[in-house]
Amino acid sequence: MTREELTEPDAGSAVSSGAVHRPALRALLAAVLRVLAPIALALIVGGLALELLGKDPLAYYGFVLERGLLRFGGLEETVTRMAPLLLIASGLIVAFRAGLWNLGSDGQFLLAAVTAAALAPALSGALPRALVLLIALLAGALVGALWSLLPALLKARFGLNEIITTLMMSFLGVSLSNVLIKLVLRDPSTTVPQTQSLPVEERLPRLFHTTVHSGLLIALVAVIGVHFVMTRTAFGLRLQVLGANRDAAVHAGLEVGRLIVAAFTVSAALIGLGGAVEVLGVWGTVRADWNPAYGSLVVPLVFLARLNGYAVIALTLFFSALMTGGESAARRVGVPQHYVLVLVALVLLFLALIEYLDRRRPARAQTVMGSLA
Amino acid sequence: MSALFTHSFLIALIAGAVTAGVPLLLAGLGEQISEKAGVLNIGIEGMMLLGAYAGFVATYATGSFGLGFLSGGIGGALAALPVLVLCIRLGLNQIVIGIAVTVGMQGLTALLHYFEFSREYPRLPAAPVWVLPGLGQIPVLGKALFSHNALVYASVALVGLLIWVFRETNIGLDLEAAGQKPAALDAAGVDVLRTRGAAVLATGFLSGLGGAYLSIVGAGIFVPFMTGGAGYIGIVLAMLARGRPIWVLLGAMLFGMSLALTTALQLAGIDVPTDVVQMLPFVVVMVVLAAVARHSMLPPALGLPYARGER
Repeated sequence: MTREELTEPDAGSAVSSGAVHRPALRALLAAVLRVLAPIALALIVGGLALELLGKDPLAYYGFVLERGLLRFGGLEETVTRMAPLLLIASGLIVAFRAGLWNLGSDGQFLLAAVTAAALAPALSGALPRALVLLIALLAGALVGALWSLLPALLKARFGLNEIITTLMMSFLGVSLSNVLIKLVLRDPSTTVPQTQSLPVEERLPRLFHTTVHSGLLIALVAVIGVHFVMTRTAFGLRLQVLGANRDAAVHAGLEVGRLIVAAFTVSAALIGLGGAVEVLGVWGTVRADWNPAYGSLVVPLVFLARLNGYAVIALTLFFSALMTGGESAARRVGVPQHYVLVLVALVLLFLALIEYLDRRRPARAQTVMGSLA
Repeated sequence: MSALFTHSFLIALIAGAVTAGVPLLLAGLGEQISEKAGVLNIGIEGMMLLGAYAGFVATYATGSFGLGFLSGGIGGALAALPVLVLCIRLGLNQIVIGIAVTVGMQGLTALLHYFEFSREYPRLPAAPVWVLPGLGQIPVLGKALFSHNALVYASVALVGLLIWVFRETNIGLDLEAAGQKPAALDAAGVDVLRTRGAAVLATGFLSGLGGAYLSIVGAGIFVPFMTGGAGYIGIVLAMLARGRPIWVLLGAMLFGMSLALTTALQLAGIDVPTDVVQMLPFVVVMVVLAAVARHSMLPPALGLPYARGER
């Protein structure tokens, strides 16, 4: 499995060939190349498509880079955006490593965001700020977890395909969020339906003198924590066994049903935390029909990172910059930000192709994609 | 409540159910063909979107609805090509590629629409309606069921055709074998990959056709992301129908009706936010899935690539 290559590089093949002095470094380089190659290929092919549509790809990429990473304001925005993406990614890592397709992140994220947006303004004033924020964050995580419970139970009890059930719950969650905002939580003083706004000074504290909020720290802790738990603890190992081979997990005496529910709960709770952090850190409110649909971005990102937490951090920075820069470019260069979706799809295609070429080499037995089949 | 049962309400509800149900029917039938052959085609949302855009552009440019449907089908089949090459031929993960197809087509159609129309959403003239002779004169039902675009009747006829193909023909048997026991099909001298490839192209064509109906007949405009999960409902319909086309038809009408309920209720003077009604089909799906969860609904080889001589 590729994740093992990342943590325990292929010492076996290096020993047998005998020619390589530093197998760890070589394996790391190979792993980095396997992440960078799909991105580079996607940027090239996407650039050709832009050329065909009559836009200068180099100017576009240059603009995105400048606005997304090089300008201080853009960098702040990029780093701020990393918080929800990282939390969603850490949730997905848990599910994917356990071999479970949690494709319902959008619904889990949004319902949790609405929950936090409803609770925080209602409680603020009555309770100290830290407590309000803590309650809102936990409530968001809880609602996210609850929204995954039905797919988890159906999978655990009856083996019902979780791809379909999580997707259905996601659509349901998105609509339910809108219903809640429009019918229940609506702030009467605004024209566009939205929840009551949390004042800026009541939101998550900002880091140093930037606009980046402390949710980023929560997210970084979550990603690294998940990586540690999945690779270094018994619970993580159980989930990995479940993901690698369900029959083997049963034979090993693991309580598969309980593990499935646990993996889903943790996964969706982290995603829900992402929704809460985004609301409490950035917006302070949720507008009707707001749906960033981060899932379609983060799912490919997590694959690309081969479910590795550190790789996720680096890739999240890249994708955030792409989104921040892409939004500016939509206004200035005239390339809609939907172009990012095309890039993401191309990354996925090239990623799958490169894994295919990799698999044809005899030394590589299995891949992330293979283990998730 | 008496307003609920007026003629105009019933006509709006049933006719709306047909209009909303036809894209689901076509997508569901398409997905059923793939699933029968052992391919979990999760990218049909993207195929529908390219079909919707291609169909819209063709009709907008030429004024011909027939050409629009044809382009929609071809667009859908084109969007299915990555699945054909990468999943069937190379054996790559069907879910990863399916996600890529959907995400890519969402981005591509939004991009193409922007470059062609900027921020405008031109409207097509109303699609031609074919009132069935005799049946069209029945009160209420005539207007509700028998005054539709020709593609509606063709889609229903397709249900009959597929029932026959699945049950009576070698093509149907080959498809079934490709999903149940591909090695046996291979041993019988039929190319598994070609069978599955043809199934995937048929899925793409039908999904694209459904998308085209959605944009040029159902809505009359193209809006990026307009399928809004219709492809996924198609997948669910195919799962629940367990290989039988008639159940896809019934399911599509049920979902179509829950989608049409908003408009019909508004006609009856009851104002419900669309979001409430949009939840209905998904609630129905979850309830049905939970109710029949015990029974296995999918072919054993679903989602697994076939490579000769493996295992």
